[in-house]
Amino acid sequence: MQLRRFASIMDARSLIAVALTAAVAIIVPILLLSTPESFPLHAPPYVVALLGKYLCFAILAVALDLVWGYCGILSLGHGAFFALGGYAMGMYLMRQIGTRGVYADPVLPDFMVFLNWKTLPVTWWGFDFFPYAMLMVLLIPGVLAFGFGWLAFRSRVTGVYLSIITQAMTYALLLAFFRNDMGFGGNNGLTDFKDILGFNVQSDATRAALFSTSAVALIASIVVGRYLVSSKFGKVLIAIRDAESRARFLGYRVENYKLAVFTLSAMMAGVAGALYVPQVGIINPSEFSPANSIEAVIWVAVGGRGTLVGAALGALLVNFAKTWFTGALPEYWLFALGSLFVLVTLFLPKGIFGLIDHLRRNRTETPGRGDVAEAGGAKTAAS
Amino acid sequence: MDEAVLTSSLLYLDGVAVSFDGYKALRGLSLTLAPGEMRAIIGPNGAGKTTMMDVITGKTRPDEGVVYFGGARDLTLLDEASIANLGIGRKFQKPTVFESHTVEDNILLALKAPRTARATLFGRPAADVAPRIDRILETTRLADHRARMAADLSHGQKQWLEIGMLLAQDPKLLLVDEPVAGMTDAETMQTAALLREIAKDHSVVVVEHDMDFVRELGVKVTVLHEGAVLAEGPIDVVSADPQVVEVYLGR
Repeated sequence: MQLRRFASIMDARSLIAVALTAAVAIIVPILLLSTPESFPLHAPPYVVALLGKYLCFAILAVALDLVWGYCGILSLGHGAFFALGGYAMGMYLMRQIGTRGVYADPVLPDFMVFLNWKTLPVTWWGFDFFPYAMLMVLLIPGVLAFGFGWLAFRSRVTGVYLSIITQAMTYALLLAFFRNDMGFGGNNGLTDFKDILGFNVQSDATRAALFSTSAVALIASIVVGRYLVSSKFGKVLIAIRDAESRARFLGYRVENYKLAVFTLSAMMAGVAGALYVPQVGIINPSEFSPANSIEAVIWVAVGGRGTLVGAALGALLVNFAKTWFTGALPEYWLFALGSLFVLVTLFLPKGIFGLIDHLRRNRTETPGRGDVAEAGGAKTAAS
Repeated sequence: MDEAVLTSSLLYLDGVAVSFDGYKALRGLSLTLAPGEMRAIIGPNGAGKTTMMDVITGKTRPDEGVVYFGGARDLTLLDEASIANLGIGRKFQKPTVFESHTVEDNILLALKAPRTARATLFGRPAADVAPRIDRILETTRLADHRARMAADLSHGQKQWLEIGMLLAQDPKLLLVDEPVAGMTDAETMQTAALLREIAKDHSVVVVEHDMDFVRELGVKVTVLHEGAVLAEGPIDVVSADPQVVEVYLGR
């Protein structure tokens, strides 16, 4: 019964994506831990960390696609939720350092000792306790998104105005987190982590575990996303995207739907950020930079809005390209990214997945009109 | 006004005034609609027809005047979603359907059912959903197009789909804004038949420019001019009224 429910929400692409991610979650750790360095497919730790980072970005892309692709809310501040999740994890990791810091203070992180603080600020209380920190990974982005959304959606701020205020939100947080007296490490952020749950964050086994956890989180985000969009709730989201006033005059309280999906999406972004931080080893205010949020929008656009899996694929592809570019032609990366966005907007408005659909439809339409029946069949299976 | 009038009319507007930046869209509009009645509203551009619909459906708050629905509910205090859930359905001038949903899903979303996010996320659909959708698709002549995307429908079919969505809401009152704009003559006549069919068990307000269509409906007509009622009565009486001829029909 559970299995049938699962099968009914997953389309073919999501199943393939989940299977591939699951395979990667198993294979990459094996290549890291159980193959000698001389083995041609051996995955060195830095590569595993890099791939893990990509997976976190893919989760962020899925979260963003839920609000933008399905509900038409173009958030240019989703990086803020990602960064807040990251800070919550970073605070936990800072508290695990204990006396191993430069100043060897058992309670205060180094930067607080350096600032001559005597006691731990209230905001840091409880972060040495892992479950509390994980709760905050969800709650802090969730509460911010709820409060922000409550004000914005109730006042019916939509379109470009909404995009601008989301951008302002992440910029305001960037400036706030730069300040030393905020108590989050200021300019330098949080770094120099030692342990997570008692395991050395630098060790290969921990890296492998974090990588697999990220892959599982990506699978979970795709499944949760599919559950949402294949329900009637998801149909209402698309309805709001297509004709907001029509949805309102049908009696749907549009602001509640937007608030629900925006908050959930922010929490997913928070999880992505929390997994990102131990793998890259640092979180600082630059993660709030508006450019990061815009880059996430580009990933989704490249992969294909409103496809979830496409968004994740877009995140992976663009980040592979970024890694290659910043190695080979570092000064041209931003130009390449900008042109990519322009090209996708002009020629691939539905992204890579839209292109695949288009090609497939053309192919099936020539021999016969089998696509209609196929679409109908997929529809019944999905509902 | 005495209580009896308030409670017996389905829709009751009295002295409604709306202005936008000094432009008076409605100035003291008063109108009552009996339960089960179908009414046609005509009037030149800028007469306040659409603004009247906006006031009734909660999109626009009137500066003055009262709007009662079902005798007791003050519509000026409610938002669009609450008013829709009270039982007022609205069709826009430009056909507005959910383009990236199938015809069937458009109707499904409109079907009377709990509208909260929790209900749509976790709720189970009612057992009679499929036959209700079938019936509406039959009425609106869209049964053969149920699996098509709404975006792929012709203009006239989109208008019918939107009317079908209104029917699915099962409202007590339907507000229909220019349903035959851009339709062929044949489609116009079919739409008139469809609306007469609907009017058998719903109250309907139709705003329309097309005089042949209004004549085809054969119902009481209210003429709006400059935000107030100019004349009211059967189409033949109204169209003979010299004032009406001057402001509207004569041109």
